[in-house]
Amino acid sequence: MKRAILLLPLVGFLVLAGFLYKGLFLDPRDIGSTMIGKPLPEFALPSLENPTRNLSAADFKGKPALVNVWATWCPTCRAEHAMLNQLASQGVVVYGVNYKDNGDAARKWLNDLGNPYRLNVEDPQGSLGINLGVYGAPETFLIDKDGVIRHKYVGAIDERVWREQLAPLYQELVDAR
Amino acid sequence: MKRLLSAALLGLTLSLGAQAAIDTYEFNDEAARARYRTLTEELRCPKCQNQNIADSDAPIAMDLRREIHRMLGEGKSDEEIVDFLVARYGDFVRYNPPVNARTWLLWYGPWVLLATGLGVLTLIVLRRRRPSASGPGTDLSAEERARLDQLLKSSVHKNSADKSPTDHPKADQ
Repeated sequence: MKRAILLLPLVGFLVLAGFLYKGLFLDPRDIGSTMIGKPLPEFALPSLENPTRNLSAADFKGKPALVNVWATWCPTCRAEHAMLNQLASQGVVVYGVNYKDNGDAARKWLNDLGNPYRLNVEDPQGSLGINLGVYGAPETFLIDKDGVIRHKYVGAIDERVWREQLAPLYQELVDAR
Repeated sequence: MKRLLSAALLGLTLSLGAQAAIDTYEFNDEAARARYRTLTEELRCPKCQNQNIADSDAPIAMDLRREIHRMLGEGKSDEEIVDFLVARYGDFVRYNPPVNARTWLLWYGPWVLLATGLGVLTLIVLRRRRPSASGPGTDLSAEERARLDQLLKSSVHKNSADKSPTDHPKADQ
């Protein structure tokens, strides 16, 4: 009994160390998403390429796809853009949400850097962003063919993120069709 | 002294100015303004994670303040407004999180720690006290006791035998 009590500080230390060790590998930016398993929120916003045309959530349905939230004011988006171009050329469906941005700057960006997006919806007020639970850019949602959100990634997609996190989920959705 | 005072005052006003992001919103009445203040102070900015949305200058915090102002104007209750944000950003946005399975550790952990600490403290105090309560030497065997008696007796004899004239008690031990 006496011995057991002597072990208490060690046990306390181990528990604390366990929590701190886990903390080393947690990403504080990753606050999860409440949107997983829910359909894309409804919206009626102009298309970036063709502002006279209105897009809605229905336009993003049909195939599993990435919905990428981006803006020209976001340097990380620039870093991510080449990867999106590459994915699009491999046949991955990518939709864009141009988030709180200037339409002209965004169109110029796509002209200069290439356009990986099937469709791009303009969200100047960030209203669709709020409904998606977006708090920055870039953020990317993986949706299935019915427009249900399956996964969310915050930050730039690079080779490793795609290979380890998104590709397996995307492939699963493609195979399920 | 006067200079010091004015410097201190200046410092105070500067820090007041830095406390909150400035928006110019109109409210229907003072009650709505107070609710707006409470709500934006109790909700956490998802982007700059250690600030509430009242203090944060992040674009998302600005948008959320605008949304809250809009919903207040529409006559939504505080609960509806918080639910709106929790539905989109999760419990993360609440600086005052609800008690549920995921937050049990958060709410009750400190109490468990406190109880454990008090328990350990009580145990230590009781342990320290016990020997003096039951008297010294209780854990001696009969054999040891006999030997102790013998030692005490012999030292008393010795003491009285060679009591020195200098009055210094010799047998301290």
